[in-house]
Amino acid sequence: MSKPKVAFYWCASCGGCEEAVVDLGPDILKVVEAVDIVFWPVALDFKREDVENMADGEVAVSFINGAVRSSEQCEMVELLRRKSGLVVAFGSCAHMGGIPGLANLFDRKAMFDEVYFNVPGVVNEEKIVPQEEYEAPEGMVTLPNLWNTVKTLDQVIPVDYYLPGCPPPVNLIVEAITAILKGKLPPRGSVLAPDIALCDECPRKETKPEKMLQKEFKRPHEVMIDPEKCLLAQGLLCLGPITRKGCGAACTKANMPCTGCMGPISKVVDYGMKALSAVASLVDSNDEEEIERILSKVVDPVGTFYRYSLPTSLLHRHYQPATQGGK
Amino acid sequence: MSDNDKKQFEPRIVAFFCNWCTYTAADLAGTARMTYSPNVRVIRVMCSGRLDPQFILKAFREGADGVLIGGCHPGDCHYQEGNYKALRRVTLLKRFLSMMGIEEERLRLEWIAASEGDKVQKVINEMTEQVRKLGPLKLEPMSQLRGEEDMVASVEKAVIAEGGVS
Repeated sequence: MSKPKVAFYWCASCGGCEEAVVDLGPDILKVVEAVDIVFWPVALDFKREDVENMADGEVAVSFINGAVRSSEQCEMVELLRRKSGLVVAFGSCAHMGGIPGLANLFDRKAMFDEVYFNVPGVVNEEKIVPQEEYEAPEGMVTLPNLWNTVKTLDQVIPVDYYLPGCPPPVNLIVEAITAILKGKLPPRGSVLAPDIALCDECPRKETKPEKMLQKEFKRPHEVMIDPEKCLLAQGLLCLGPITRKGCGAACTKANMPCTGCMGPISKVVDYGMKALSAVASLVDSNDEEEIERILSKVVDPVGTFYRYSLPTSLLHRHYQPATQGGK
Repeated sequence: MSDNDKKQFEPRIVAFFCNWCTYTAADLAGTARMTYSPNVRVIRVMCSGRLDPQFILKAFREGADGVLIGGCHPGDCHYQEGNYKALRRVTLLKRFLSMMGIEEERLRLEWIAASEGDKVQKVINEMTEQVRKLGPLKLEPMSQLRGEEDMVASVEKAVIAEGGVS
């Protein structure tokens, strides 16, 4: 029997997810032994035609990382969807939009204006911005279209499984690959990580007070953080209670609050709203002005609560009337 | 009705009223035959503290132009301090909404006691006029790209349809 074929692809991402695959270390040899990697632009020299020439469904599983925000990325993931039995959204960006998803606070024009005109040091007197088509002496050259709105992978193609995390923890990758090879997969649509909040595996759990109330929120650079005490009890905005576990509490062990890259547990529809609700409930005051003052220390509600998940918010993006179109 | 009136934008407002105070006040307004703008769809919740901010975004997502929350006056909450919880959440939520380009005025929290039928009338009329001035809120559909079955599939990721190959 021939080995199952596997593809890796990246869209709008930083490359950290590719690193996570390499972080498998010696285990990657076991993976290569069990499967044929047929497409992996960052590491192997296969081209788009190679994928196009495969039969539909020939690839057993495609691991796709990154958010989708251009016509090229859209075409590639559609192609991989057609050729693959399973598609796994790999990492926070494919899962929920990730850091690139925060671009949904702006639109394409605002981004182009900033990057090509307003950034100090940019000299662009002719006001040139990237053109999708350009008539060069050698002929017409084209560039992909950059969308106005960043999308998660499953807002573009149907996705079978999600591997959360920024990047996904190595042990979860190994477990997922093992489960796929053995055919022992949970129901389609599952997130391949435990469905319990992070506090469950946080070493600071025992120091979490019974009743958690705060008169003042603090930011990590403003205080000496006690390395053993519950971070929320110290007034730091740790999103552990609303975030899925599975990362081994890497951040809280490194004395930093959880920022929520693993996403919500399965019952939550809108991660950021749950996070906002949880944080607001900590406020120790019944007085309108004092509440306002305490909450003013949450300086960036969108970036705090939706750091990795803005495109999955019920609002999806910064408001623009529907007539402007989504792409 | 003149042609002009017909063209006027009629806002849709979702109102979450707490069972013990504001909903009772709305009942009172009804039995007292007070009239108020018919733009409000009332949803009864046991307490304004029960309001998950997800409900409020969901209302906006499903086509509400404004969301009104009614709870007991401070100190009067049937559950001691549910209304304070609502106040804390709404305070932060308003800041979030304005960062996302949605006017704060589309979300309003009011304390209305069981005896204040007239306040229900006044608040609803005021809010209807205010939202009318702001105009309609037209969120773009979540999955405009593919013409899929709207946002539900993309938001509730746990329920991905079977037979996923496109």
